[in-house]
Amino acid sequence: MTQEIQQEIQENDISGARQVLRRLRARKSALAAAIVLGLLVLFALAAPLLAAWEGQDPTTYHDGLVNSAAGGVPLGSFGGVSAEHWLGVEPGTGRDVFVRLCYGARVSLVVALGATVVQVVVGVALGITAALGNRLADSVIGHLTDVLVALPFLAFAVALTAVVPADFPRPVLLVLVIGLLNGVGGLARLVRAQTLSLKKLDYVSAARLAGGSSWRIARRELLPALAAPVITYAAVLLPSNIVMEAGMSFLGVGVKPPTPSWGQMLSTATTWFRADPMYVVLPALLLFVTTLVFTVLGDALRTALDPREASRLRVGRAGRAGRRKESAI
Amino acid sequence: MTGYLLRRIAGGLAVLLVLSVIIYAVFYVAPGDPARLACGPRCNPEQIRQVREQLGLNQPVYTQYWHFLQGIVAGHDYSTGTGTMHCQAPCLGLSYQNDQPVTGLIIQRLPATASLAVGAMVLWLLLGVGTGVLSALRRGGITERVLTWLTLAGTATPVFITGLGLLMLFCAYLQWLPFPSYVPLTDDPEQWAWNMLLPWLALALLEAAKYARLTRSSMLETLAEDHIRTFRAYGLAERSIVGGHALRGALAPVIALSAADFGSIFGNAMLTETMFGLPGLGQLMVTSTKTIDLPVVVGVVLVTGTAVVVANILADVLYAVADRRVALR
Repeated sequence: MTQEIQQEIQENDISGARQVLRRLRARKSALAAAIVLGLLVLFALAAPLLAAWEGQDPTTYHDGLVNSAAGGVPLGSFGGVSAEHWLGVEPGTGRDVFVRLCYGARVSLVVALGATVVQVVVGVALGITAALGNRLADSVIGHLTDVLVALPFLAFAVALTAVVPADFPRPVLLVLVIGLLNGVGGLARLVRAQTLSLKKLDYVSAARLAGGSSWRIARRELLPALAAPVITYAAVLLPSNIVMEAGMSFLGVGVKPPTPSWGQMLSTATTWFRADPMYVVLPALLLFVTTLVFTVLGDALRTALDPREASRLRVGRAGRAGRRKESAI
Repeated sequence: MTGYLLRRIAGGLAVLLVLSVIIYAVFYVAPGDPARLACGPRCNPEQIRQVREQLGLNQPVYTQYWHFLQGIVAGHDYSTGTGTMHCQAPCLGLSYQNDQPVTGLIIQRLPATASLAVGAMVLWLLLGVGTGVLSALRRGGITERVLTWLTLAGTATPVFITGLGLLMLFCAYLQWLPFPSYVPLTDDPEQWAWNMLLPWLALALLEAAKYARLTRSSMLETLAEDHIRTFRAYGLAERSIVGGHALRGALAPVIALSAADFGSIFGNAMLTETMFGLPGLGQLMVTSTKTIDLPVVVGVVLVTGTAVVVANILADVLYAVADRRVALR
């Protein structure tokens, strides 16, 4: 009993970030997701190395490896798996699937991460400005977030690619379009509401009375308190950014060929799902695992950052253990 | 109630007006030369100049925007060189590709999108709310764990992966269904339903997962409330507590989400339509983006934006009807 209390006191002593990490590590699903995510990042980072190891590159056509009489179905079993092409070749062109998947991971992760950074920076800036600024700023930003939330954002993102000059680098365009449209409005609203309630707290008033400027209060007093809800929100946005990038590539407005991307591969796969199922399964599985891993981590992060939420909704073993502890007291 | 509705409609119109300004600025003013796009690739400078005059692009921007708004409210006359062509009241301009009024093109595509959205919505509400209630009632059991993981996987799967999976299972492997091809409801209701089955499932599975998670947590929250405990103390049957009283309170946030999500649902509908080749609004959007047919792109974005605004107002009203504690003011 006393041991438990001591442990609790200890837990309160260590810093917030370490406490969150400890809680994350205690969840088996979160740990597994983190390991898989590490492997995926490694897979993307090491793309050139892996390509060199296999001895292939993402853009060379291998006409000899596809059956041109049958419309370009890969020769051999499982979509042309061989010692030279570990995961087979692309139907129609004969490009190496393994290397294209590696490079596709880069596009997916870089665009999603970049977009998340844009979302957090813009969302937090808008939210804090609305909460601390004058009434004009608040109402302008309020209307802007209303419009942003009302936008059918995938449609708008697709539409925007029509008016951007063709020579503008596509990955940057994707980061900006997804980052500025997907979820920024919601994040700004959240930050504004949180800031408004924080503003009423004594320690913020004290900082104001001590003569701190709005900028200083925002940076020193508000941002640290906003970290938990913002991180939670960003963790939800990240997998949705991945899906958006893949979706835009699927619709043919993502990165330009011959740069490989998973969404593009899946779009080709829709015409090949009968003849070459392997070509559907591989990018689909990778995309699925990536988004699942981020979703699981985001979920774990939310409960780790807000234990109250967890104890209220917690189910299964942990919940029962908690109840036992209560009855022991 | 009436006053509330009027205020909300006025607010919605304001949002739409801002949206139209942004869209107009982004698509017609910012980059490129609409006259060159409208004229086509084989136009000489003289022809481009003529088109610019016909479209009124040589006038100041605010005049152009005013004409655009005027067209939506009262229609617009276009000179075609030889005579004038009248574009009827909700006029969104003429397509650059074939000089058809955009409004007509959009109306042509509405049935397919409506078929998809309505059918999928019925399916995902049934699936999602059912699963959510079930997993809330079976708290802590194996059913609950399996359902939690299934719904987590469901939210992590993009619609084009679910769609491809369904195609492979039902069209290629089991061969129960043909590859979907759209048959209008008015032509043959039976064929319509058979062909829409896979698109409905693909879209519904994705959304159902989200609704299952929301219904579950909202149901748990409602079941823990005082009035439910009071019902229990009075000895009301569990079935009538859950089905009659708890579900009603738990469904309010579900209704709110279903409308707030309208934007992302259109995005997913766009992916579903492209995947299954349904001639809906989403497909129109994608094809006109690729041909840089700006009036059509702008028209579709505006129409979907309007739908989102209307859905949001509807959601707030429905929310109050479902949850009597909410007063409309």
